[in-house]
Amino acid sequence: MKYFPLLWSSLWRKKTRTIFTLLSIFVAFLLFGLLMTIRTAFSFGVEIAGIDRLVLIHKVSLIMPLPISYLERLKATEGVKLVSHQTWFGGVYQDPANFFAQMAVDPEPFLTLYPEFTLPPDQMAAWKADRQGAIVGVDLAKRFNWKVGDKIPIQGTIWRPKKGEIWEFNIVGLYDGEPGVDKTQFFFRYDFLDENRGRGDGLVGWYVVKIADPSRAQQMGATFDAMFANSPAETKTTTEKGFVEGFAKQVGDIGAIMVAILVAVLFTMMLVAANTMAQSVRERTSEVGVLKTLGFSNASILMLVLGESLLIAVIGGSLGLLASWAFVQQGDPTNGMLPVFMLPGRDVAIGGGLVMFLGVAAGMVPALAAMNLKITDALRRS
Amino acid sequence: MFNWISQTIAVTALNLRTIPQRLASSGVAVVGIAGVVIVLVSVLSIATGFTAAMRDTGSVSRALVMRSGADSEMTSGLGGQEVDIIKQAPGMRREGQTAIASAELYVIIDLPKISTNTPANVPMRGIDSTAMKVREEARIIQGRMLEFGTNEVVVGRGANVNFAGLTVGNEIKSGQNTWKVVGVFEANGGIAETEIWCDARVLQGVYRRGNSYQTVLVRLDSTGTFDTFRDWLTANPQVNVQVRRETEYYAQQSRALSGLIQGVGVGIAALMGIGAVFGAILTMYTAVSTRSREIATLRALGFNTTSVVVSVLAESLALGAIGGSLGGVAAYLAFNGYQTSTMNFQTFSQVAFAFRVTPQLMVMGLVYALLMGLIGGLFPAIRAARLPIPAALREL
Repeated sequence: MKYFPLLWSSLWRKKTRTIFTLLSIFVAFLLFGLLMTIRTAFSFGVEIAGIDRLVLIHKVSLIMPLPISYLERLKATEGVKLVSHQTWFGGVYQDPANFFAQMAVDPEPFLTLYPEFTLPPDQMAAWKADRQGAIVGVDLAKRFNWKVGDKIPIQGTIWRPKKGEIWEFNIVGLYDGEPGVDKTQFFFRYDFLDENRGRGDGLVGWYVVKIADPSRAQQMGATFDAMFANSPAETKTTTEKGFVEGFAKQVGDIGAIMVAILVAVLFTMMLVAANTMAQSVRERTSEVGVLKTLGFSNASILMLVLGESLLIAVIGGSLGLLASWAFVQQGDPTNGMLPVFMLPGRDVAIGGGLVMFLGVAAGMVPALAAMNLKITDALRRS
Repeated sequence: MFNWISQTIAVTALNLRTIPQRLASSGVAVVGIAGVVIVLVSVLSIATGFTAAMRDTGSVSRALVMRSGADSEMTSGLGGQEVDIIKQAPGMRREGQTAIASAELYVIIDLPKISTNTPANVPMRGIDSTAMKVREEARIIQGRMLEFGTNEVVVGRGANVNFAGLTVGNEIKSGQNTWKVVGVFEANGGIAETEIWCDARVLQGVYRRGNSYQTVLVRLDSTGTFDTFRDWLTANPQVNVQVRRETEYYAQQSRALSGLIQGVGVGIAALMGIGAVFGAILTMYTAVSTRSREIATLRALGFNTTSVVVSVLAESLALGAIGGSLGGVAAYLAFNGYQTSTMNFQTFSQVAFAFRVTPQLMVMGLVYALLMGLIGGLFPAIRAARLPIPAALREL
């Protein structure tokens, strides 16, 4: 630590060079943070998907509805703790560009099944009391500036009311959740949908089942599918995690693309930093000779050069990570296209590790060269 | 004037000739710039490929009729009677008594994607017997056309390679129904090639749709009769429909996704570009500082400052050009024609398409590379010009 002033002053030996090296490392780690955020967004929250929740969809495809009568049969199955169903509504609020997910659910089992959505008890009571009531995520409410008590008209596309095209909902509550929870959805009551739709009585989109023992998920899934085999609406059961993963894979391997870009970015930045370090050590050959003459050991010369490169990496890299974190805190810039917009702590830790790696790797070659320098050579060169 | 030019050329040639002596640091700048160009060009080639697939699907001589208020084929719905009325509208092509219009159903079926071996929403389209006349670009390239009234299907070229089990002669089980694949078709590279086509009437039964359809695709008499066709239908109180040119429909379908990809691609490339500019600046500062003695000597001999500035800029532009060309070529070799599929969020169904590294994209990458080179060389060039001659000569 006593060498810190020496480190610090050699860092600023050539101001412009140090500043530009710092800036390029800053940009590299700013990109790291943003690309990791995009990657997380395109995994659609798979990390928080429950392992004890199973999703039952129609075997032919997700768009085919299932009969509501399955609810009781599922509830009666041994090992089932809770059953809820969801129906995709797909309506249009003012303009198709204002896309957000709307889902018809049964309030009570739904929110018990999804404890990650938190709703104040008085708003829950209000929702149970109002058939036309709907709850919306805080991010969605912010996007359209909605408040509790607002009336929201939504044009039905798949489900149309018996008369006209417009459904009207009352916002009775705003749900919140931890970072990473999708707070851009709109949930309203299934009984309201079922009573008022022109066709499709008694049909739901899919079921979500909470089971008592997650280790038996596969077995339970097979039991459900066997229960409805050879009926007009056969089912396919997967874990919620598997379901979300499958969905993300349909979009394409965004994760792999992001990692490929990152490898290119970090590789380039490492070259730049290593080249700068080498250059700066070369320029100081005679100084290193003087230090050695003064009695600095080989090990401390090594540490000095490595320390300098680490210091640049840590300052630039941590500022970059910090800036990306601050940017992500502002929320999704695409207006709802990326509902899960967060930088996971795990990725920040990985970024920290990469910063250290970059510092050591870039400084290693020049540090070894400086360490192995003979005093006589060093002093003769100038 | 001539003197100035010859001086500039001499110094520039000297600089360029000595690049190999500074291979390591010039290499870093070139690799940095090439990396940015690869990322920019390849990410934008995804958007280009997707948009092209969507664009090539539509034809200005076709009109798509959907229920008014529907935002995609998926959410549209038309009754059998409405379809009959639509087929009477003026402005569409007719052969004898038959209207060249195809009443269709659009659903998705769950099939495994070969690349990931996970289920994918493959679009399935129930078609009319006139469908191939409506879509003139579609033709069977393997096997034969399906026979109407049976459970036979033909699959698009993209579906054939992306999803499991869609080979001629194979049978696919979906729920309690079995489909028999009898042919493969191509359709101008458009997204119809991701679809599975079957008889609409058979599909009505399987999906319990009664006598209802979702859309009617119409071949117009000529591109100019669109207005006649649309106005007649929108004025008709018996039907509640919206009529769009097919090109317009697909352009709108691709807007959201290609906008997102372009936004992300340009954003990443802009940030990376800033990083690469810093790399180039560092390289050029190094180049100038290792040669500060030579530069000072030249200026002491009477070379003017502009030629020194130009020579430094030329060197960094050369590095930019090399990096830009390398990056563009690498992106082309690695990604052009790369087959992939993604989900179209408007219909929740898969769209197969190929990355397209077009000459425009490569030129754009090169221009960006030159820009990075220019900015990267600017400050070092100014420093070289301002170098105090005595100090520089004394240095080292």
